[in-house]
Amino acid sequence: MGNPLAAPNMDFDPRREHQLEDIRRQAEQRGRLHVMGERPSGAPFPQASPENGYYQMPLLKEPPWTWEIPLYFFVGGAAGAAAVIGAIADYTGGDRELVRHARWIAAAGSVISPALLVSDLGRPERLLAMLRVFKIQSPMSVGVWTLVGFSTGAAAAAFAEILRGRYGSSLPIRVLESAGQAASLAFGLPFSNYTGVLIGATAVPVWNRNASTLPLHFGASGLGAAVGLLELLGHRKNRALQALGLGAAFIETLEGASIELQPDAAFDPLKHGPSGFVTRAGGALAGPVSLALRTASLLTTGKRSASLRRWASWSSIAGSLFTRIAWMYAGRVSARDWKLPLALEEQRSGKSASPARKREPVEGYEDQSKQSRNLNTQKTGD
Amino acid sequence: MSVTAFLTDSTLCIGCKACEVACKEWNGVEEDGLEWSGFSYDNTGSVGASTWRHVKFVEQAPVPGLGGNAGEHASWTFSSDVCKHCEQAGCLEACPTGSIVRTEFGGVYIQPDVCNGCGYCVTSCPFGVVERNPKDGRAFKCTFCYDRQKAGLIPACAKACPTESIKFGEIGELREKAQTRVEELRQRGISDAAIYDPADTSVEGTHAMFIVRGDPRSYNLPPSPEVPTAYLKKAWTSSAVAAGVLLGGTLLAFLFDGRRR
Repeated sequence: MGNPLAAPNMDFDPRREHQLEDIRRQAEQRGRLHVMGERPSGAPFPQASPENGYYQMPLLKEPPWTWEIPLYFFVGGAAGAAAVIGAIADYTGGDRELVRHARWIAAAGSVISPALLVSDLGRPERLLAMLRVFKIQSPMSVGVWTLVGFSTGAAAAAFAEILRGRYGSSLPIRVLESAGQAASLAFGLPFSNYTGVLIGATAVPVWNRNASTLPLHFGASGLGAAVGLLELLGHRKNRALQALGLGAAFIETLEGASIELQPDAAFDPLKHGPSGFVTRAGGALAGPVSLALRTASLLTTGKRSASLRRWASWSSIAGSLFTRIAWMYAGRVSARDWKLPLALEEQRSGKSASPARKREPVEGYEDQSKQSRNLNTQKTGD
Repeated sequence: MSVTAFLTDSTLCIGCKACEVACKEWNGVEEDGLEWSGFSYDNTGSVGASTWRHVKFVEQAPVPGLGGNAGEHASWTFSSDVCKHCEQAGCLEACPTGSIVRTEFGGVYIQPDVCNGCGYCVTSCPFGVVERNPKDGRAFKCTFCYDRQKAGLIPACAKACPTESIKFGEIGELREKAQTRVEELRQRGISDAAIYDPADTSVEGTHAMFIVRGDPRSYNLPPSPEVPTAYLKKAWTSSAVAAGVLLGGTLLAFLFDGRRR
């Protein structure tokens, strides 16, 4: 029924009909078409230009590391800080049980860390290739040797502890124990934060622009995690741990605030999008949330105080883990940002970034984007 | 044996990709597939583990009278990209195995039998050149045809280039050649011809220079690449502060706690 040539009622758009007439008119008059038809999705496409770089394609390669490396950062940070806590607690005549637990955390880290590191290598069977040289200018090389020293020390101290428990104290066991503990302290100090140097001294913008705070940030993160783990192992009443937990949460709060206040576009992956969400979640848990819970537990007593402190422990641990994941994630996002390596990020604030001259558009040639705008705004009132 | 370099002249490049093919042929590099970027006739996108030479297709608004362009056709320049072989190479400094070395020809070479695939060089290259081969696990990039140079031959890409857009030779001579060429181009009216060789940055110049037109950013060449070792001092200072705070804080916490008990 009805005229088959009549437009169906459903999605008849008079503008599209006028577009066809426009094409016909132009073809008649000029013998050549300058209008576009439908805009393909994603149009207008970027051109290669000083403003758009090479079609807005990223220059840098994304960091190739997978889940093992952020987990390694977390485990290494916690283990390094735990070794320091254990050794200092021992030297100051602190709680024996605390020393023992701290040693066990360090020893566990000394096994898990190399395993994670090796499994991330493209060629794990060649892991020893890292031990053929020491390069002071390579944080990876310095880090690997720090890991070797730390793992040896932490494992030796824990091993001596086992021997002492089984065979009683003797001179060789005491020597092994104190040497192991001294080594785990000496290497634990850099081991707890060198990963900040590792990612700070790279070409990835969000990492290298934080090079001067990342090690401190990562060190505080590791300390928070170590304190949290020790508290969960039963040291819920230890005041020294509470003080260290407060200190770590305070530094993390400052770090979070300084990130949030940075206007630099390179910091965007830490604030926006999924990577920004993880960063903020990790930063909040490790910083203000942990700080508030710990303060509240100090101001309360009895069961309530203990419960608040337990939540604070979990908050510090989860915050530290999220923070490590967040920085790896942000690094990937940052490497994909085509603007940063071309120094085009200032354009966002309205300043002209490129002093380069623009090529003058040629008579008769219209920019595609301008044309499609014209089409969209054309009114149909003939 | 002299210190050598590439000079890639984009004003002579015809986009034939012979350099890409010759490189793959000589070095036994695998193919990249035919996936178009959607922006140009570029099907490889960038240099990477399996693309050691990469021809960029730089399409811009038309400029009549240059390169034989008619008014309504986009202006095309092509430029064959390659590892820059920096004087201060981020990948070389970062490599923890000593796999990446400086050759006697001045190039930066990854020894494939030493690389253990840690991936640190990938994050340390300010030009996004080095990449880990996902199948193999090791990092790869242009070798500067170290094997051919050792045998007294010129690199495969330079040998195959039909227009001598890719020039190869002693670095000092090439720098002079680049100057002469740019002056010549400017005299011919191509006033935006320029040399890309970031000698005044922390990279301290490269062994792969380019002659481009206009702003090098259209070619994805960064205006101020930084070798990541430039951040080491800041980072290790922060690390030392962090270690000091951790040590001092822990000592204070336990000493104070012990006294109160």
